[in-house]
Amino acid sequence: MKKYNTLLAVPYFLWLLFFVLAPVVLVIGYSFFDQSGHFTLANYAEYFGSGKYLLMTFNSVWYAFLITLITLLISYPTAYFLTKLKHKDLWLLLIILPTWINLLLKAYAFIGIFGVHGGLNSFLGFFGILPKQLLFTDFSFLIVAVYIQLPFMIIPLFNALEELPPSFIAASKDLGASSTQTFFKVVFPLSLNGVKSGVQAVFIPSLSLFMLTRLIGGNRVITLGTAIEEHFMVTQNWGKGATIGVVLIIAMVIVMLFTGEKKAGGK
Amino acid sequence: MKKLRSLLIGILLIIGLLFLGTVWLERSTGMSDAKVLNIYNWGDYIDPKLITKFEKQTGYKVNYETFDSNEAMLTKIKQGGTSYDIAVPSDYMIQKMKKEHLLLKLDHSKLPNLKNIDPQFMDLAFDQHNEYSVPYFWGTLGIIYNDKFYQASQFKTWNDLWDPQLKNKIMFIDGAREFMGIGLASMGRSLNSKNDADLDRAYNKLKALTPNAKAIVSDEIKTYMANEESSVAVTFSGEAADMMEKNSHLHYVIPEGGTNLWFDNLVIPKTAKNKQGAYEFINFMLDPKNAAQNTEYIGYSTPNKAALKYLPKAITSNKEFYPSAARIKQMEIYEDLGPKYLEKYNDLFLELKMYRN
Repeated sequence: MKKYNTLLAVPYFLWLLFFVLAPVVLVIGYSFFDQSGHFTLANYAEYFGSGKYLLMTFNSVWYAFLITLITLLISYPTAYFLTKLKHKDLWLLLIILPTWINLLLKAYAFIGIFGVHGGLNSFLGFFGILPKQLLFTDFSFLIVAVYIQLPFMIIPLFNALEELPPSFIAASKDLGASSTQTFFKVVFPLSLNGVKSGVQAVFIPSLSLFMLTRLIGGNRVITLGTAIEEHFMVTQNWGKGATIGVVLIIAMVIVMLFTGEKKAGGK
Repeated sequence: MKKLRSLLIGILLIIGLLFLGTVWLERSTGMSDAKVLNIYNWGDYIDPKLITKFEKQTGYKVNYETFDSNEAMLTKIKQGGTSYDIAVPSDYMIQKMKKEHLLLKLDHSKLPNLKNIDPQFMDLAFDQHNEYSVPYFWGTLGIIYNDKFYQASQFKTWNDLWDPQLKNKIMFIDGAREFMGIGLASMGRSLNSKNDADLDRAYNKLKALTPNAKAIVSDEIKTYMANEESSVAVTFSGEAADMMEKNSHLHYVIPEGGTNLWFDNLVIPKTAKNKQGAYEFINFMLDPKNAAQNTEYIGYSTPNKAALKYLPKAITSNKEFYPSAARIKQMEIYEDLGPKYLEKYNDLFLELKMYRN
């Protein structure tokens, strides 16, 4: 019996080895070498010593924070509303549906919408508003990023709120709590796990949204992803590119620690 | 559980069969190696009819693959997965490939049509005596604008780009050397400058240009200019030719003073298997009529002097695409900067992209 169990584990461990462990080790390894292949700590010294990369890191974190915050503000009421509906699975499906469409395709669609002659500007034209430059602004970048991340926030929130027994709310109200009190003392704390996994699912990918910074931000919005691409494709300084990769991995670990399950235990 | 074991055995069998299949396939293509010509070129950078013509004339089968950046091409040739017989790197990349011993020395006796190339485009600094390369197309870096919104007089020099009226209007091509080059050229400095003081001055000057940047993108400029999302851009002449075909309001100008002069060149990588075919192909492309046909299709400037007479006068008399020899003398070809300065240019460019006032 035991023999088969180990057999079943083979694909999983192979996967772990080749697609999780090996890449991470390689990225960390590369980050300690310079362009001529000598061991060095200079990549890290430059990263933390130059204002440029720190500013870029700050930019990335700031944009990722804004994206996460806006998605959360939109998703929470949406998810809450969805749990109250009759055919919730259908409504949820409709929210998930756009994720079936290729990301690039959606980004290009937004280029059409935000263009000077695009849909949004002609719509504003009806109200006598002159065409505005919408593309290549923080505004359009945030809108598109939020749009793309929205389903990944709504799903965990929906699941968390769905698990919440209605009797808890009834009990809270019976005992004289107002709606606001019920929300902050009962509903929100119990859905915190959903919030945490939603934040993880949105914040981490948002740190390196490099394709959107180019297509929608026109490279006027710069995040660490842009720098990684440059180091690997143009200057071919893989060491420095890998260093940024390591910093991103560490940032993600930190986010995971802050939003991890362990903390959720302390109600 | 028995099922599982047979499933595993089945998978292993299939893997084994597939492996044998690839070995067999590789050997079978290897046998006809002499008849296949592997070309590695930029996307949409040859008239497909010429490939058919070449195949008919010589009996070779052409295998055409494309790349989208010099660096990507370099990586693939270095890895050596496919042995390409022809590649089309730009000037500075030839220098780099030469240094890394990736190119085959050309035997000029096998290229009689080389005489058709304009002497002013031969023996250039990036490849003296054309030991390794033959120019394919050339062009410049300049400004393209829409005459509905601007006049030619607004874009006489690079300094005109700093005009406050252009705030948030200009699209720049996404390249460190091009963007830094605008700063250097506007101060009359070399585009290949390795002088830190010059670079710092260019950087400080370019900071004031960033508010005018609407976006820093690459291929998308073509669409944005053609559909008038943007009305002025800094781009390469070849790209400009493409845009002007789609929108007749667009005009290309080369600002006074220095600018980048670029060349894409045919080379034979050292790993080539069909060298004879590669020579035949280069010679075929150097034929005046073929070169003219290709030029009309691509829209870039041809270095083939003999081909000019087969081209419409409207193309060859256009000073923006075929500038005078005196004008060309003022322009500069990019040199391989070496890793240290390549990184410095890119770092400054990255900082400029981030800079906001």
